[in-house]
Amino acid sequence: MLAELRQWLPAETLVTHPQELRAYECDGLPAYRRVPGAVVIPTTEDQVKRILAAAHRHRVPVVARGAGTGLSGGALPDPDGIVLSMARFNRILSIDPVNRIARVQPGVRNLAISEAAAPHGLYYAPDPSSQIACSIGGNVAENAGGVHCLKYGLTVHNVQGLRVVTPDGETLTLGGEALDTPGYDLLALLHGSEGMLGVIVEITVKLLPRPEDVAVLLAAFAALPAAADAVAGIIGAGIVPAGLEMMDNPAIRAAEDFVHAGYPVDAAAILLVELDGTTESVEAQARRVRELLQRHGATRVDTARDPQTRARFWAGRKSAFPAVGRISPDYYCMDGTIPRRRLAEVLQGIARLSREFGLAVVNVFHAGDGNLHPLILYDAAKPGELERAERFGTRILELCVQAGGTITGEHGVGVEKLDAMCVQFAPAELERFHAVKQVFDPEGLLNPGKAVPSLHRCAELGAMHVHGGALPHPELPRF
Amino acid sequence: MAEAAIARLRERVREAAATGTALEIVGGGTKRFYGRSVYGEPLHTTGLSGIVHHEPSELFVTVLGGTALAQLEARLAETGQMLAFEPPHFGAAATVGGMVAAGLSGPRRPWAGAVRDHLLGVRVLDGTGQLLHFGGEVMKNVAGYDLFRPMAGALGTLGVLVEVTLKLVPLPAQTETRALALDQAQMRSTLERLWRSPQPVTATWYDGEILYVRLAGEAPDVAAAARRLGGERLPDDTALWQDVREQRLPWFHDPRPLWRLSVPPAAPQIPLPGDWAEEWSGAQRWLLSDSDAESVRRAAASAGGHATLFRGDPGEDEVFQPLAAPVLHLHRRLKAIFDPHGVFNPGRLYAGL
Repeated sequence: MLAELRQWLPAETLVTHPQELRAYECDGLPAYRRVPGAVVIPTTEDQVKRILAAAHRHRVPVVARGAGTGLSGGALPDPDGIVLSMARFNRILSIDPVNRIARVQPGVRNLAISEAAAPHGLYYAPDPSSQIACSIGGNVAENAGGVHCLKYGLTVHNVQGLRVVTPDGETLTLGGEALDTPGYDLLALLHGSEGMLGVIVEITVKLLPRPEDVAVLLAAFAALPAAADAVAGIIGAGIVPAGLEMMDNPAIRAAEDFVHAGYPVDAAAILLVELDGTTESVEAQARRVRELLQRHGATRVDTARDPQTRARFWAGRKSAFPAVGRISPDYYCMDGTIPRRRLAEVLQGIARLSREFGLAVVNVFHAGDGNLHPLILYDAAKPGELERAERFGTRILELCVQAGGTITGEHGVGVEKLDAMCVQFAPAELERFHAVKQVFDPEGLLNPGKAVPSLHRCAELGAMHVHGGALPHPELPRF
Repeated sequence: MAEAAIARLRERVREAAATGTALEIVGGGTKRFYGRSVYGEPLHTTGLSGIVHHEPSELFVTVLGGTALAQLEARLAETGQMLAFEPPHFGAAATVGGMVAAGLSGPRRPWAGAVRDHLLGVRVLDGTGQLLHFGGEVMKNVAGYDLFRPMAGALGTLGVLVEVTLKLVPLPAQTETRALALDQAQMRSTLERLWRSPQPVTATWYDGEILYVRLAGEAPDVAAAARRLGGERLPDDTALWQDVREQRLPWFHDPRPLWRLSVPPAAPQIPLPGDWAEEWSGAQRWLLSDSDAESVRRAAASAGGHATLFRGDPGEDEVFQPLAAPVLHLHRRLKAIFDPHGVFNPGRLYAGL
C-alpha cells in the first residue's frame, strides 16, 4: 500500500521514518503506546478518499487522529496500519454571522473557532479543558464536553452538519445550514463514534451570541454532603447555571498551594457557580444563588463580577489536575457520570474505597451534570501500586453504573474503558453496536478494536479490569 | 404492570416477525397524517402508561412510551418544569412515545434545541422482539454508539419506544409577547438583529403582516428586551403560541397542501407561489401551495435546506426530501439491523424503509 501511496501522494504527506513515527505512538493516554506502520497527513478531501480507498483495497487499518489530546487512547495506532492525521485540515472555511454558523475543517483547534467568531460577537460554546490544543474533529469523534455543558450542551448539540468519508471512499453529507435534516439522525450517531464509522472532513458548527455579562460565585462548605445538597437546591429552584463545579478539600488545598486563587483551605468542599446573561439577570440570579447557598449551609460566599476576579476564582479549578500532579508522583483520572441526586452517596462510597485500597483520592468535578473526575493518587515506582489504583478505578466505575450512571461522561471509551463497557452494557446492546460498525465499515478497518469490546472479551472478563495511566500534556488545564 | 404490557407487545412483535406481518405502531393516533401511509395491523402502546421517575430537583424524567403527553406536561408544570422543545400534540391523545418518534419540535426549538437534543435514553423493542436499552438518565454519556438520539424522528421504523428519558428545563420566570406590524424586509432585518444578539427570544411567528416575538426569562431581561423591540404587548399570549404549535390558527385552515421548509434562518424569501408563514426566526417556513413537489424541493435545497410535505397526499411519492444514494444505503442497512423482517411502520419514513 505504501508503494502505491508514494506514487501519487506528495512526499511531505507521508511519514515512515521510525524516529518520526514515535511522535504518533500514543495520544493523551500514554500508558498505551504502539508505533504505527506509517502516518499520512493529507491536505485535501480527495487525498483522504484515495487514501481510504487504497487502505480498503489492501485491507489496512486506519486510525484517524486530530490533535492527539484524547484521554482514553482513542487515537492509539495499529502497528499494522496507518495513522491518518487530520492536522493539516486546519482552515476555517467560512463564518456566517447572519445564520450563526461556521464551516470548519476537522483539524481546526476548538478555541480558534471562538477567536474567529469573536469580531461578530459570537462564539462556539463547548469548551473541553484542552480547548487551546484539541481539534474540532476530535471533539466530534469523542462528543467532547466541558465546563459549560450544563447550560449549552455537548458537542452533539452544537454541530449542525458533517461531511464524512466512508471506508470505501464515499462522501456523506449529513445536515448542513438548516437546523434539522430528514431521515435517521446519523449526525448524532457519528458524534462520539471515536473514528470508527467514518473520517470527518468538514464540520458546520453553531455559534452563539456572547452573553452580555458573567458572574462567578465561590461558596465554601464545612461538609461535602451540604455542598451536594446545595447543587440540588440550585437546580431545584429553577436556575441552570452556565457552570457548576465542585472541589473537595484535598483538591482545594492542592490548587491553592499551586495558584493562590484565594480558596478557603479549611473548607470540606467548595462550589463554583457561573451565571451568564444580561447584567440585570446575572445580578438577579446571583442574589438568588447566594441566598440558596447560604440556606444550604455555605460558610462563606464570594462573588466575582470583574474579569480578573472571575479568572482568579476559575484558576484554581482549571489548574486542579496539574496541582494534584505536584502532590503525587502519579494519578489516575476517572470520568464516571451519575444522576445528580446520588452525588453525596457516591462520594461517600469513593471515600470508603479510598480507605479500603489505602490510596488517597482527590475529587474535582462537573457537579451540575453529575460528571465526576476522581483522581486516584499513586506512585508507579512502588511495586503493585499502579495495579491497586486500577482496581480502585474499576470499583469507582462500578459504583457509577450501580448508581444509574455511566463509565464515561466525556473522555470516551477508546482502549482504556473497553472492559468497563462489559459492566455497563448487556450482550444484546453490545451486539447492536457491532452491527452498527458493520453497517458503516464492513471490513472493520477504521480504528479497529476501540470503543466496543468483543462479546468474547466480556465473557472472559466476568469482572471488570480497567487500565490507565497518568496524563500527558501537563501544560493543558484539565477539568 | 408495565412489564406485563411489554411482554404482550413483545409477543405480538415476535408473531409478526415470524409471519412477516406489517405493524403500524399507534400511540394516540394523533400524527397519522405525518409521513407516508402505512398499511399494517395496529400495535397499540397505550398500555404502557405512567411516569417511571421524576424528582423536581433533577432535570430529567423517565416515562413509559404510551403515557399521554398532556399528562406528562401537567405533571412537569406542577413542579415548575417543562419540555424545552414545546412539542406539538396534534390531538388530546398524543403520547410521549409518538412525540419522540415523530421528532417534531415546537416554537422554542431554535433557542432551546429539538426533541433529539433532550433525549437522554430509550428502552426500545426491536423488530425481533428484543428489548434494548441505550443511553440513560445522565446528561453526559459517551459509552457506546449513540443509538438513542436516532430514535427521535425515525417515525417508529426502528422499534417501539417502550420508555424514554427526557431532559427538562425550568419554566421561565417571566413571559411576554410583542406584536409588530412589519413588511417582509423589516421582518427579516428585525429577526436577524434578534438572532445575532443575546436576546431572551423563545418564539417568533410571522404571517405576512405581523411579527409576533415571544420573550421569556428573568423579569428584568424580558422588560428590557421588550422596550428595545417596541411594538404592542399581546395581553394573553398563551393561546397564540399553542395555536401556532398545534396549527390551529386560521392561516392553517386551507385545502392546499402544507409544506414545511427547513432552511437557514436568514435565507431570503423563497421564490415559490402560495401563502407563506414562518416560525423559528426564519428557520421553519410554512407554505400553502399547489406547486409540484419537485419545484418545492429544488427551491428548498437551493435555499440551503429541505422540504417536507407536512399535510397533503403524496400519492406514491416521498413525504420527506429524498436522501442521497449513499445516505439512503446506510438507512436501509440500519433499518435491517433493528427490524430485519420489516415489521415496523414499513414505508412511513421513506419507501422501502
